Amino acid sequence: MEHKRYKQEINITESLMNRINELLSHYPADKKKSALLPVLHEVQDAHDNWLSYDLMDKVAEILEILPIEVYEVVTFYTMFNQKPIGKYMFEFCQTSCCCLNGAENLMDYTSEKLGIKMGETTADGMFTIAGVECLGACGYAPMMQLGDFYKEHLNEEKIDQLIEDCKANKIILHDK
Amino acid sequence: MSRKILLDKINVPGIKSYEVYRQNGGYASVEKALKTLTPDEVVEEVKKSGIRGRGGAGFPAGMKWSFIDKKSGKPRHLVCNADESEPGTFKDRYLMEYIPHLLIEGMIVSSFALGANLSYIYIRGEYMWVYKILERAINEAKAAGWLGKNILGTGYDLELHVHCGAGAYICGEETALIESLEGKRGNPRIKPPFPAVSGLWANPTVVNNVETISAVPWIVNNTGDEYAKIGVGRSTGTKLISASGHVKNQGVYEIELGLSVYEFMNSDEYLGGMSSNRPLKALVPGGSSVPILPADLIYKTANGEDRLMTYESLSDGGFATGSMLGSGGFIVYNDTACIVRNTWNFARFYHHESCGQCTPCREGTGWLEKVLHRIENGQGREEDIELLWSIQSKIEGNTICPLGDAASWPVAAAIRHFRDEFEYHVRFPEKIKNRDHFVAEPFSKVLMSKV
Repeated sequence: MEHKRYKQEINITESLMNRINELLSHYPADKKKSALLPVLHEVQDAHDNWLSYDLMDKVAEILEILPIEVYEVVTFYTMFNQKPIGKYMFEFCQTSCCCLNGAENLMDYTSEKLGIKMGETTADGMFTIAGVECLGACGYAPMMQLGDFYKEHLNEEKIDQLIEDCKANKIILHDK
Repeated sequence: MSRKILLDKINVPGIKSYEVYRQNGGYASVEKALKTLTPDEVVEEVKKSGIRGRGGAGFPAGMKWSFIDKKSGKPRHLVCNADESEPGTFKDRYLMEYIPHLLIEGMIVSSFALGANLSYIYIRGEYMWVYKILERAINEAKAAGWLGKNILGTGYDLELHVHCGAGAYICGEETALIESLEGKRGNPRIKPPFPAVSGLWANPTVVNNVETISAVPWIVNNTGDEYAKIGVGRSTGTKLISASGHVKNQGVYEIELGLSVYEFMNSDEYLGGMSSNRPLKALVPGGSSVPILPADLIYKTANGEDRLMTYESLSDGGFATGSMLGSGGFIVYNDTACIVRNTWNFARFYHHESCGQCTPCREGTGWLEKVLHRIENGQGREEDIELLWSIQSKIEGNTICPLGDAASWPVAAAIRHFRDEFEYHVRFPEKIKNRDHFVAEPFSKVLMSKV
């Protein structure tokens, strides 16, 4: 099986390392591995929202665990991306309640507007769109996740506006 | 107006902040418990309250607490399950987002009762902004002296942290949650040993839902006996219900257990009736895993009694004619909703979320999804309905954790109550070409003219 290794520039800055150390302090000194999920979130956020094998190896080194222990976790949880994705990832909830409120039509609309299918990224690397399972916002449907935040009660006009805001660099992705 | 315990102060301006929360009586239960009660007395109050786990299973919380192993001398932990992922459920998020200190207060009192000195709130990774809200609230509580060493000079120490998941429904199962908190894949553990004996890092651990823990301050302040007076029979207290689908007022409501389903659905204080004035077709009362109820079994049970919002009444009639209160994820469907499409949607969810550990679930959920997909897309075969029945019956009860059951029940219930709709899909593939087929052609009309 071909195993594609995407290249990624790794930069564990001082502020990122400080945050990692803060997270590590939440667990007993001999249970560093427990910090794996929170640390991966931080590291991914600081690296264009995806994790290369090189970066996963770096995380393993920091937490003093084996690389395989990081790989098996990254491949299990859907929020970790294993290849480069668009700067803005629209993750549409596609589970029952959102569909009752028109999520499928909205996904089609966005797909057509950006000229890509679900799971794809635009050529300029700006947008990725995907359908994901229940995000826990059923009463505010249809909705999507964008970075650390939810965009709820969506309609076509709001999608247009969001795309404009992304292009104008007006969207905050992470709450740091 | 019905009684509010969890949301009574939700509309106080600024209740999100520590100062306002404290000015409104916040953290009083910590003072009361740590200064005037022993841990066992707190457990006793929770037992008396009769509160049942609000995550979905409905196991009595006080009894769960009393199982924790105190003899081994190992460190004990309380872990709050905030991995809310059951489709239709969004109540815990509401509590944590708008009144975060209530959960923290509950965590302190509950940890004290269990003798835990290191506790965690495990929140789903998608609720990242709520994670930050909780993190800030914990820092505020710590600065005010409610967390840390020697709290209120009583000698009790507690460290509390938030931990985030990363997108896995299965981590809402308590042993999978513990695995995930240990930095591993969310594979559920075989029980026994139960977490109360060997949980987080093999230490005695209790895992409770956000809503359960958030009710503890009220119970401590007002006594378990007072709490037990609210509600009906073994369904004591209040319950948060998150309503979605085809109703006028979607959202989160706190109800007194025992309210009738009819009133909850139709009163303006609650859901305000159906949206677009279309007729009610079906109801999933407790999150996607519980059996769907057809219109004629929603307001009345099979023996003609009023259906109430209680653990007992919603499950009256067993799976033949009843359902479950579950997590309180209340999903309402009108006549334009296609039950086959909805069942396929749920099946896809469970297939995606199966951890892959047990063969019946890993393979079976995939079969369910594929067979339902082909029926919904006009390629169904007459024998597919029996096939679905056979698959679900072989998953149920044959897996380590309840995800297998959760994947089977919605399929079984849909076939049980809406079999003719499945048959319709198989027999008239040309009528279901459009994705919105039941909007274009309300099913009831075609059904009546059965060919």
